[in-house]
Amino acid sequence: MPRSAALTADVFTLDCAAEIERIGRHLRASLASMHKRGVVLGLSGGVDSSVCAALAVHALGSAKVQGLLMPEQDSSADSADLGTAVAARLGLRCVTENIAPTLTAIGCYRWRDEAIRTLFPDYDETCKCKIVIASGSAGKVHFFDLVVQMPGGTEQRARLPLREYLQIVAATNYKQRIRKTVEYFHADRLNYAVLGTPNRLEYDQGFFVKNGDGAADIKPIAHLYKTQVYALARHLGLPETVCSAAPTTDTYSLPQSQDEFYFALPYAQMDLALWAHNHLRPAAELATALGLSEEIAAGIYTEIEAKRRGTRYLHLRPQLVEPVVEICPEDAP
Amino acid sequence: MADIKTEVRRYIDDNFIMGSSGTPFADTDSLLDLHIVDSTGILELILFLEETFGIQVHDADMVPENLDSLNAIEAYVQRKHLARVAA
Repeated sequence: MPRSAALTADVFTLDCAAEIERIGRHLRASLASMHKRGVVLGLSGGVDSSVCAALAVHALGSAKVQGLLMPEQDSSADSADLGTAVAARLGLRCVTENIAPTLTAIGCYRWRDEAIRTLFPDYDETCKCKIVIASGSAGKVHFFDLVVQMPGGTEQRARLPLREYLQIVAATNYKQRIRKTVEYFHADRLNYAVLGTPNRLEYDQGFFVKNGDGAADIKPIAHLYKTQVYALARHLGLPETVCSAAPTTDTYSLPQSQDEFYFALPYAQMDLALWAHNHLRPAAELATALGLSEEIAAGIYTEIEAKRRGTRYLHLRPQLVEPVVEICPEDAP
Repeated sequence: MADIKTEVRRYIDDNFIMGSSGTPFADTDSLLDLHIVDSTGILELILFLEETFGIQVHDADMVPENLDSLNAIEAYVQRKHLARVAA
């Protein structure tokens, strides 16, 4: 991309056919090097996992791809429908594993609801909830609100104290970690590898659960901006409902968009901000492109860096006192 | 009451730095810019201030101007105490 390229969605223009072939070569080479015979992946019905499934089928053939639908009690019905539609379109083998009983047994809902009830004593299983981010000035101090919807539909909102916030997040992280456990069960029984499905925005900004959806053997779209993933979805002929679906977390019982919980902007703008920051474009240029003030654009750059620092540990391998170079020669001093 | 800055510095030393940094931070240094506290760390710091100094940090107070250095924290806690006395 020339330095002078205008800061528009055109910066994400991708030769989709070439990219699909490149990813396919990488998938096959990775599997061969790991001595694995195919891939397992969870299908959420979202664009990322759907594109990963299609890429895997293109590279390996549908016989070497095992899809998993893993609903739980807070999952949107749309997720299962979309995941099923994608599996059908791709001709995938697909297993449904309802993880709700496991989550109940391990205390996911109990721990979460206990924390919620310190703020809303009447909260029970007939209510719905989500966490939304609230921001202080200059984007430097974030805190979170808990939104609860009562059975009649009325919503209440309260600031989440730290301990309750951490407990709710820790409890809901069980969902991603149990799903990953199920994925590795099927990978082990089939001698397959597990695909992780983060896009670049999620991977860069640490929007994943360590040892949950962050765990995988291969992450085939972690280098692609979300906008590019949507382009691949259309090129791969995925259902229009997938190609046009807005990203959600599908983790809480109330619908929660990703920018409500984590990102400062909707994904298309966040993509552009990340691209601009990665290509050293001045904040003023981003401000013009997004119709924001330069101060806010600069704050977004600061926030991108802050999230990188704050989530660096998610990417880290376990820390050793000294390198074991026989295992990891690249760690040699 | 113990000196506010001393209490806060001890808390940060014990819980965030843990003896890992040889360079002490100044009372005027930005805790965020020096990466001493991250986004969760600042919420932990707020909880510490609330429990140690008997104040309530309201949403509108959760800004760097009140929380981002030892000097700022001391001034903020003192303002909260004064406001309580005046009420």
